[in-house]
Amino acid sequence: MSIQINNDKCTGCTICLKVCPFSALSMSNKKAVIDLDKCTLCGACQDSCNFKAIEIKREASRTPNLEAYKGVWVFGEQKRGAVQPVVYELLGKGRELADKLGVELSCVILGHNVKGKCQELIFRGADNVYVVDAPELEHFLDEPYTNVLVNLIRKYRPEIFLCGATVIGRSLISRVAVKIHTGLTADCTGLDVDTKERFLLQTRPAFGGNIMATILSKNHRPQMSTVRHKVFKEAVVNPNRKGKIIEEVIPKVLLKSRTKLLDVVEEITSTANIAEADIIVSGGRGMKGPENFALLEELAKVLGGAVGSSRAAVDSGWMPYSHQVGQTGKTVCPKIYIACGISGQIQHLVGMQSSDIIIAINQDPSAPIFTVATYGIVGDLFQVVPLLTRKFKEALNR
Amino acid sequence: MNIVVCIKQVPDTTQVRIDPVTNTLIREGVQSIINPFDVYAIEEGVRLKERFGGKVTVITMGPPQAEAVLRESISMGCDEGVLVSDRAFAGSDTLATGYTLARAINKIKDVDMIICGKQASDGDTAQVGPGIATQLDIPQVTYVKKIEEIANGKAKIERMTEEGFEIVETSMPCLITVVKEINEPRIPSLKGRMAAKKAVILAWKAIDLDIEENRLGLTGSPTWVSKIFTPPPRPKGQMFEGDPEESATNLVDLLKNHIG
Amino acid sequence: MDYLLSEQQIMIRDLCRQITEEKIKPVAAELDKTEEFPHSVVKVMADADLFGLFIDEQYGGMGGGILDLCIATEEFSRGCAGIALAYAGTALGVDPILIAGNDEQKAKYLPRVAKGTLCAFGITEPGAGSDAGGTQTTAKKEGDHYILNGTKCFITNGGEADIYTVVAMTDKSRGARGASMFIVEKGTPGFTFGKKEEKLGIRASATRELIFQDCKIPKENLLGKEGQGFIIAMRTFDMSRPGIGAQAVGIAQGSLDAALEYAKQRVQFGKPISSFQGIQFMLADMATQIEAARALVYAAARQIDAGVKDVTRSSAMAKLFASDMAMRVTVDAVQIFGGYGYIKEYPAEKYMRDAKITQIYEGTNQIQRNIIARDLIRERSSGVV
Repeated sequence: MSIQINNDKCTGCTICLKVCPFSALSMSNKKAVIDLDKCTLCGACQDSCNFKAIEIKREASRTPNLEAYKGVWVFGEQKRGAVQPVVYELLGKGRELADKLGVELSCVILGHNVKGKCQELIFRGADNVYVVDAPELEHFLDEPYTNVLVNLIRKYRPEIFLCGATVIGRSLISRVAVKIHTGLTADCTGLDVDTKERFLLQTRPAFGGNIMATILSKNHRPQMSTVRHKVFKEAVVNPNRKGKIIEEVIPKVLLKSRTKLLDVVEEITSTANIAEADIIVSGGRGMKGPENFALLEELAKVLGGAVGSSRAAVDSGWMPYSHQVGQTGKTVCPKIYIACGISGQIQHLVGMQSSDIIIAINQDPSAPIFTVATYGIVGDLFQVVPLLTRKFKEALNR
Repeated sequence: MNIVVCIKQVPDTTQVRIDPVTNTLIREGVQSIINPFDVYAIEEGVRLKERFGGKVTVITMGPPQAEAVLRESISMGCDEGVLVSDRAFAGSDTLATGYTLARAINKIKDVDMIICGKQASDGDTAQVGPGIATQLDIPQVTYVKKIEEIANGKAKIERMTEEGFEIVETSMPCLITVVKEINEPRIPSLKGRMAAKKAVILAWKAIDLDIEENRLGLTGSPTWVSKIFTPPPRPKGQMFEGDPEESATNLVDLLKNHIG
Repeated sequence: MDYLLSEQQIMIRDLCRQITEEKIKPVAAELDKTEEFPHSVVKVMADADLFGLFIDEQYGGMGGGILDLCIATEEFSRGCAGIALAYAGTALGVDPILIAGNDEQKAKYLPRVAKGTLCAFGITEPGAGSDAGGTQTTAKKEGDHYILNGTKCFITNGGEADIYTVVAMTDKSRGARGASMFIVEKGTPGFTFGKKEEKLGIRASATRELIFQDCKIPKENLLGKEGQGFIIAMRTFDMSRPGIGAQAVGIAQGSLDAALEYAKQRVQFGKPISSFQGIQFMLADMATQIEAARALVYAAARQIDAGVKDVTRSSAMAKLFASDMAMRVTVDAVQIFGGYGYIKEYPAEKYMRDAKITQIYEGTNQIQRNIIARDLIRERSSGVV
């Protein structure tokens, strides 16, 4: 594998220098040259070159018998017996992809006493539901869950495997993909298929959301992705849909775990879970103190939303870390994000800029938060927020 | 305890800007830093050493200039730095990276715990930590916010979930990935900085590792980046200035139909 | 401007800058409001080995010089001069031990200071400010002890520090030559503190009275010999005044940084105000004045580090010039901020309030001028050029 610049084709246009994320290219004698110590073979330059002067050669390894892999699978993540909403989102998208490819959509659910959940998965679009029911699988543990999925993937050979980019999903699927020795793309926000080549086109943000990359796993199956919650619409329930429920029995030896779950502590009420919320009212340094977050809670209550926070407010001890939105906190994409007294440092913006509607309330008209805001109010949040609470209460009859 | 911390040098993504004319990344003046999450991993490694004794080895895979992040880790209290660097590793995706780092860690004998940041700020995949654990066939605990105790070859650990946290017990050796809540990283002291400047950094190439060549770099990477593009900028928003009462009324009118 | 700092000095600067950005700036406004003492920041500084900067290596320090200390003080002051003063005030308080302490005294106190124990220096009294000869506090020798009586006022780190160096009269009849310097530890019976002063600026710094009522200290706590108190104090000020200059440079630089950032963002008449010549001229003058002051401060510090004997005049000049400069520059920074400069939401007014003290303490700028003039005239009359 190597990268080369064909000097006969290179016109010295310098476009490749501009697109290289690693500063690996420079000009010498009006031709591009590559610093191999900096190059990561990411391919950005190759794509940008209008003269096909940059060539990356790779000797491809390949999943044996690749053509035998058929069908789209979705991981049916459940917690305490409840199927997680991201599963329904994936069933919606998965149905679309399966139809384009002309294959079946399957959902796999692991747990204990979860057979009752299977019918709903069929109503939501699955042709097949594979269920593995065992006491060892009641709660998520990396090792048994990995072993079960690896076992089933080897047996049924799906070409595409989707999973929510949740705490469980990102931990579990990373392990599964390594064991299967296939490609995995994390935290996708866009999925499509190339029907001719049967490639899954996986689009995801990188560099803190500053760029998007479309990633393929050409020679390996299944093509695996974790997918960000709330990006795709939930599949609608169709009670007339028919499908098969297949109970799988897994050898006990595969259900062993070197990690034991001792206790589950739920600190965050559903109204405060910012990852799930459709509306987030968030506060930053401009809140001036922990006591003032009550204002945001009132507004959030009227709107049926959750309260978020910037890093500044968390670092000041005004809000717990679980509420932090941004680079070192959570990435959220609610329908409505209301930023109160948040200046909009880039670290914060990368965590919320994919929200549908962003409202910024800030005294400083030059605050960077206004650059991403759908609606901006320049003013004192201590006046504006209570006004909004009152007016929403009236408008929504709450 | 014999602790290994895996870190990555990343461009400071908070400094990355998009050129509005060419729609490309402006990298001028963008510094290379330790991945922000890895700083918590380093701090936790050093704290474990301070609590239980032992040694912290910090390891990174990357180009030769990634040596800088190893020195910074040593200034925070890590004992030894290993730079895993070879042309053969270029183009590694998470699978090849996890494999390569696992082989390098294998060379460090009798490791009790491997600590990684929950994810890197440039790629945000969160896949390399679990990848290393899987390649080494050891248990993993991701999104760790507290190590409660370590005794008798077992670690009792708090792991963040969407709703709160779980308390798990895992056998060692194990790999953990940590979140920001786990600690407050120290600022490297003057003496630490001076020691780091003088420290000898080990450099391991592919040939130094017991490694299969076709599993390295681009060849060993199933995923291909087929396209990189900049997301369309958000359309310019509507601003309300002046009377707060009026601004609030207008906003509520615009939004009330979006709220279910 | 490149001051050709050593590798270690650059390391100190980067370290202090990091502490300023990560630990000082986020709390500066809050501590300014609450007047809370910055113990947590002090711990960060101590953990970073910075209290060892001015302590010899044999006592657990880094063996650095005055320039190193100035670099640190300047960086901290960019974030908050009040917080910086917890640090710089300790350097001032320990200076008499560095200057006049014997081996036992150094071995007893310096390792503690290197680890972050705060110190304070006590000379000013209600009736003796610029006129130190009016000192009323007495130290009477009784057997193996001295008995201290009197009150010191406006003492930086007062009540927060554990180690105090204090001037007291051992022989009132001899005037200034009857003063001596003592080490007093917090917790000594008869040593209490007055109320904390509420101040215009440097509000994160603690300023209190030191009250001595039959305070009995061992005779081993005498620094140097009886009667050397004022000489030690004067040499202390020679060493510390560049530090006040550095603090002033830091305050001014911090206010310029904020004003520049604001001027680039603030749009009026469709353009950022930084594009207007009126603002540009102000920014240019501010930057030039800061640089001139910094050059003078660093030169004075380097002179001390090089062991030059008579540094009184250059130390005074560094303090005088830098503090007057800081007052002008911070007033201009408020002006650039306009109305926003006058409200506490923005950092400009705090820099202005903080700057004022640098013209007052460790000898008012009028006293500095006296010192400089006296030195000039003495030099002429003695024929030395």
